[in-house]
Parts: sequence; C-alpha cells; structure tokens
Amino acid sequence: MTCKDYKDLLMGYLDGELSQEQKQDLEKHLQTCSDCRQELEGFRKLIAITDEVTLREPEDKLWDQYWGGIYNRLERSLGWMLFGIAAIALLLYGGFEAVKTLVNDPTIGFMLKIGICALIGGLAILFVSVLRERLFFWSHDRYKDVRR
Amino acid sequence: METAAFCQDEAAILQRCRRGSREAFEAVVNRYMKDAYRIALGLVGNHEDAMELSQEAFYRAYLNIRLLKGDRQFFPWFYQILRNLCFTHLRRMRLRRTSALPENEGQEFIAAQGDWFDPDAVTERTELKQALWQAMGKLSDKHREVILLRHFQNLSYDQIAKVMFCNKGTVMSRLYHARKQLRELLDKEKGGSWS
Repeated sequence: MTCKDYKDLLMGYLDGELSQEQKQDLEKHLQTCSDCRQELEGFRKLIAITDEVTLREPEDKLWDQYWGGIYNRLERSLGWMLFGIAAIALLLYGGFEAVKTLVNDPTIGFMLKIGICALIGGLAILFVSVLRERLFFWSHDRYKDVRR
Repeated sequence: METAAFCQDEAAILQRCRRGSREAFEAVVNRYMKDAYRIALGLVGNHEDAMELSQEAFYRAYLNIRLLKGDRQFFPWFYQILRNLCFTHLRRMRLRRTSALPENEGQEFIAAQGDWFDPDAVTERTELKQALWQAMGKLSDKHREVILLRHFQNLSYDQIAKVMFCNKGTVMSRLYHARKQLRELLDKEKGGSWS
C-alpha cells in the first residue's frame, strides 16, 4: 500500500472508526512515514476546532410555532385542491351551458356561432394541454422517487 | 438521533401517519424538527431558509408518507427529501446570483459563494470558528454534507453511510477530501497561522 491508500484511513483513525487490523496497519505505516504523520496532526487540529463549533438554536417560541407552519401548508394544499376541482367543474359546466345556449339561439348569426365555438374550443384545448403538462411533471416529481 | 421510547413506537406512529393521522405526524415532527433544522442550517447556512426548508420537507414527507415502507425508519427517508430540497435551493440561489452578475465576474462570485453563510448562526464567535463556518460554506454540497453529519449531527460512519446511501469506504474518502479542502480554505484565510 502507498501513502495515497492510507489517506482515507487517517480519517477513520482520528474518528475511531477503524478495525483493529486497519489500525495496526496504519500505525505501522505512520512509524515510517513523516508526511502522513504530519498530515495526521493537521487533521487532528482541524477536527478539534470543528468539534468546538456549535450552531445557534432558535428561541423556544419558534419551536412552539414550528408545527403551525407545517399545518398551514397542509391546510392550504387541501384548500387549493378543493378550489381547483370546483373551478374545473364549474368551468366545464359553464362552457357546456354556454355552447348549448349559443347553438340553440336563433338570433345569433351562423358565423358568430362558429367563431364563439372555436374560441371556447381553443380555450378548452389550451386548458387540457396545460393540465396534462402539470400532471406529467407531478408524476415525474423527484420526491416521489426518493429512495426508502 | 433516537430516543428509546419514540424508537419503539415509531413503527406504530408511522402506521397511523399512513392512515392520515395529523396528530401522529405532529409527534414525528416534534421528534425530528430540531435535527431537521440543524441539518438544513448546516447545508444552507442561514436561519430563515433553514426553518422554511425544514418545514417544507416535513410537509412533502407527509404528502408522500405512504411511500415509506412499513419496516423502514422515518429519518433516513426524510433526510433524502430535506437534502434534495436544500441542494435545489442552493442551486437556484447560485443560478440567480450568477445570472445577476456581469459575465466577467462569475469566477469572483464562485470564490465568494460562502458569503451567504450567516455569521450569527454560530455560537461563541471567535475569529477562527467564524473562518471555519465561512469555509464550510465554500465547500461543495457533498463535502459540506459529510462534515455536517459527522461533526454537527455526531453520526457514526455507519449511520452516515446509511443516510447517504453509500458504503463506509466512500464516507471515509469523502471526509478526507472535505477536511483537506477545509484545511486549505483555512490556510488561505488565516495564512496557516491557525494550525
């Protein structure tokens, strides 16, 4: 084994994660390699400093409000879902009724009927296209494939 | 990371979560919220984003809780959601900042990208600790992650390997490169006087 092979083991040695055999092997190498010994000391100092760094904890009141932040998201997602379903249903119903009234109205000219029907048809196609795209992205959401 | 009582009940609590119980999920949140916050803070470097991202991760976990198989623990699974959210957030932030800069300033930005690590996130602000915290912000995401799990979450190599879906050798190797880079950054910042 070369020095390069021992580099990773230095980490396990300092963190107390080596097997007895690996430990003895590395210690034997350290006796004869001043470069690795020097590197070991450098890492030892770094680890000591890193272990001293502690992160500031938020105030207790923020922990009390923590669940509220998640609950609000859950509640809003339900609200948006109901709103979306209702809006789609109403739009479909309204569109259908509008086309029906339009077609049966004898006072509206044929060309105007065609124009309005094409407008509504175009809107419907655009809506379905956007909806299909959204559904495609939702089904390919990376968090659905999170390994477990 | 685990308390004995919660660990024993976790499977039953998760089962209730799968049936849609918000009370059960609240218990899960209360158990893991501090770990989630600390991990997010270590990855993104400031309190507001860490709070927001950790809450968002719990929200997404609740929506997808049925995907968590019955015999699995919550936290390693949840950790994947949280880290993906944090990394996506960092990517977006880098992209926003880079695109806002004139073309020839991109390299300077890359060198200074640890600046968003909030100095107030660290207790007992000595010059050296502050330099180390800022240097952490300049590490690559994967290197920062392994330092965070080892030093700030006190995980063993086996536990790190479990949450990062790699083997113990990879953990050791990644730690070596991460610490080496940290030393180089500290040397650059403090001129080698710190060691």
